[in-house]
Amino acid sequence: MNLITLFRRRTSAPVARERLQVLLAHERSSLGGKSDLLMKLQEEILAVIGKHFTIDRDKVQIKLDRGDSVSTLEIDVEVPSLARVPEAARA
Amino acid sequence: MAKVVVVTSGKGGVGKTTSTAALGAALAQNGANVVVVDFDVGLRNLDLVMGAERRVVFDLINVVQGDARLSQALIRDKRLENLSLLPASQTRDKDALTSEGVQKVINELREKFDWILCDSPAGIEKGAVMAMRHADIAIVVTNPEVSSVRDSDRIIGLLDSKTEKAENGGRIEKHLLLTRFDPIRAARGEMLKTDDVLEILSIPLLGIIPESEEVLRASNLGSPVTLLSPASAPARAYLDAARRLRGEHIEVVVPLERKGFIGRLFGRKVA
Repeated sequence: MNLITLFRRRTSAPVARERLQVLLAHERSSLGGKSDLLMKLQEEILAVIGKHFTIDRDKVQIKLDRGDSVSTLEIDVEVPSLARVPEAARA
Repeated sequence: MAKVVVVTSGKGGVGKTTSTAALGAALAQNGANVVVVDFDVGLRNLDLVMGAERRVVFDLINVVQGDARLSQALIRDKRLENLSLLPASQTRDKDALTSEGVQKVINELREKFDWILCDSPAGIEKGAVMAMRHADIAIVVTNPEVSSVRDSDRIIGLLDSKTEKAENGGRIEKHLLLTRFDPIRAARGEMLKTDDVLEILSIPLLGIIPESEEVLRASNLGSPVTLLSPASAPARAYLDAARRLRGEHIEVVVPLERKGFIGRLFGRKVA
């Protein structure tokens, strides 16, 4: 333990406070009934894509990052049928 | 072969979640593929201690009920790629867990990971039983304090009766992890001695984790203490405990905080 860790130590409580504020803001809003929003969103997005392509449900990755003011939802869908289209046909 | 470990205690607040995160990270730091699973349905916290709370999309219940694939619910740690988290649901209750459903998820996890660490909820109800049900090894987290030791004894009874291993006539491997240990108070005779706890519970000792402000700092920052400050006293104790869990024989000592002049000067300052 030295001076550096001593000063660094002081910063942990504000970090905890900020993490909790962001988390609780999201949880308070989602516990009031919107908890299935992500699942519905996933279903609807996949249904739309499913109209045009055959989707392997195992090749769908959904990533979320809840931020203070902005959250990002990343949906990664592997579309095998598109990959098989020959280069010439695509152009 | 994959090992399923339940981290349990009966009593709340003794350090199950902290220990799950620290031991999981310690095993992963050694190169093993590790997943930590939160069984505290409705009151999840392992995500917060692991620093992944902003990234939870799907959870254990979603996988048990077939609403999400396991691969979709697993959150890979940003610091260690061989460490993953399977979060608990925050909105559902423990009744959503069925023994068959949990078994299926555990079997799937066994194929992907070397270590599956299940963080049990407090209590002796369904949630705690579901967390221990399919385990090979149990880590009983105990504080050197009367009510914690009593509850641990109760949990040991459950481990010997309600787990799948016990029901099939086998024995679940049990280890004691003594946490929030204050060596100074123990030396003064103000705290139950390790030997006393071991004698009462009569299960082998996995490690002694000293009480430390570093543990609070780690959870404030959302990092297992073994990753955040591996040289700190609690981290060294957890790293040693993880080695014992892997079968190494190391003498149990209580690591002490290494304090320099400044640290000693300000060490007791709290605000």
